Amino acid sequence: MKRHISREKRDNLTGYLLIAPAVLAIIAVGIVPVIITITYSFEYYLLTDPQNRQFVGLQNYIEILGSSAFWMVLKNTAVFAVISMVLELFLGFAGALLMNGARKGTRGVIRTVVLIPWAVPGIIIAYMFQFLFNNQLGPVNVILSYFGGASDFSWLTKPWSAMLVVIVADAWKQFPYIALMLLAGLQTIPQELYESAAIDGAGKLKSFFHITLPNLKGILLIVLLFRTMGAIRIFDIIFGITGGGPASSTATLLYQAYKYLFTDMNYGKGSAMSTIITVIILAISILYIRVLGKRDDE
Amino acid sequence: MQKARKIAGKAVYILLLAVFIVVMVFPFYWLVLTSFKDPRDISLMPTELWPSRFSLKFFIYAFTEHHLEVYLLNSVVVALGAMGLTILFAFPAAYAFSRIRFKFKKFWRNVILLANMFPIIAVVTPMFIIFRKMHLINTYWGLIVPSVIITLPMAIWTLQAFIDTLPKDLEEAAQIDGCSRFQAVIRIIFPLAAPGIFTTAIIAFITAWNEFMFALILVTKDSMRTVPVAISMFPGQYTVPWGDMAAASVIATVPIVLVVLIAQKWIVSGLTSGAVKG
Repeated sequence: MKRHISREKRDNLTGYLLIAPAVLAIIAVGIVPVIITITYSFEYYLLTDPQNRQFVGLQNYIEILGSSAFWMVLKNTAVFAVISMVLELFLGFAGALLMNGARKGTRGVIRTVVLIPWAVPGIIIAYMFQFLFNNQLGPVNVILSYFGGASDFSWLTKPWSAMLVVIVADAWKQFPYIALMLLAGLQTIPQELYESAAIDGAGKLKSFFHITLPNLKGILLIVLLFRTMGAIRIFDIIFGITGGGPASSTATLLYQAYKYLFTDMNYGKGSAMSTIITVIILAISILYIRVLGKRDDE
Repeated sequence: MQKARKIAGKAVYILLLAVFIVVMVFPFYWLVLTSFKDPRDISLMPTELWPSRFSLKFFIYAFTEHHLEVYLLNSVVVALGAMGLTILFAFPAAYAFSRIRFKFKKFWRNVILLANMFPIIAVVTPMFIIFRKMHLINTYWGLIVPSVIITLPMAIWTLQAFIDTLPKDLEEAAQIDGCSRFQAVIRIIFPLAAPGIFTTAIIAFITAWNEFMFALILVTKDSMRTVPVAISMFPGQYTVPWGDMAAASVIATVPIVLVVLIAQKWIVSGLTSGAVKG
């Protein structure tokens, strides 16, 4: 005799049993710590002064938002996010179109070349670029001097050029991912569309804007939002190349939070900064899931 | 005329391709070149774009001065552990999300996706404090468990996209033939999903191998550091041992490059599967 549990109940039970380990893990190492961080953010909590730990309400937030450092790192984050994204999208498109135009064998080679930066630890890429742009030992100045540039330009001691090196390093690591996503998108566009456009007399540029771009809209959106988040969360590249300097000119929101937490040992303030970052990221992700959800419904 | 244009177009294409490949390869070229330089030539000015002599000294220093072998072992253990734990948790969840109807399925899926967006900085401080109480600082588990937050959501996403593409009739037929659902999954879905699992495992391994912030903060003892963090500790107060760092970086990169060379096709499909579905 079999017990009669309705199929619906059984499916519910199986479903929950199967997702339980993953969900519990995510709650334990993701959601719970974030909640604790939020509670710290309302406290005076200095590792060097644990006796006086106490609830201070919005004090940390008021201090952060009132400091000029906050607006500076916010500006740095925005500058970094926008410029690196434009650069990465441009290079990503170039890479994707190059791969799409290549014969199968060549495409495999390019794809491998492109995947490697994605797979190499960010900190190693950071040191690679720090060394490339080193004013005395790096090859960039040597190569530039062949073209009449200064041979001892000190890239990492000036705010604008330090930011530039960080952006270039990040773009070099990240654009391959964008290129691969776009390539995957390009390959789903039916070839006939281009053929009939060519018969109608459309040039290459015209078919790019009228066929390629509209068909890639979904992927572009995902890539954009992913990269926005990546730009907010960037850490190891800045840590390795500039350490946030010179004079905090390459410190992002996240880097500032790291400094509060692990240089100043100020868990209250650092947690408030981390909470601000989390809120910004969650706002963007909700937008992202909304957009994705819409695509699924279509 | 037409032919001339076609040839010109091809020439431009090849030129662009060449520039592209040079830009992609040059930073690696420089890293590898530096690692094989003779220590006496490392601070030559102007720097040599092609060195006059080569040496393995920096590779030797990486092990004798810095004990890279210790860090490599740590990285391998942590990355393999994170990979195993990720697959163990991700496969059942991905299967459930793909095949089973249950209440609030969409909600739980969104919770997992959202967790993927959390910045590490917002989870690492409480973790540090709790782990210190639990004596998990400077342990392998203390690095393996947190990395789940980075690897698991991506793994579930990739695996679900893969299982979605597998035909349903096979497991249904097996269930009609008297297999339990569990048996059907183990005998039919698991083998069919092997390429997807392989892809997911590789991506999880690489992600865990490259992880930096957890490894920087949750480890305070030098002998427990992973390779990326260890290399970042090479620079001393006054000197930066570029050669040692380059050699250590090359060694840390080689296993990853090999994995990419062998599995590039799968990695690409795994990375893009979630996004191109629509």
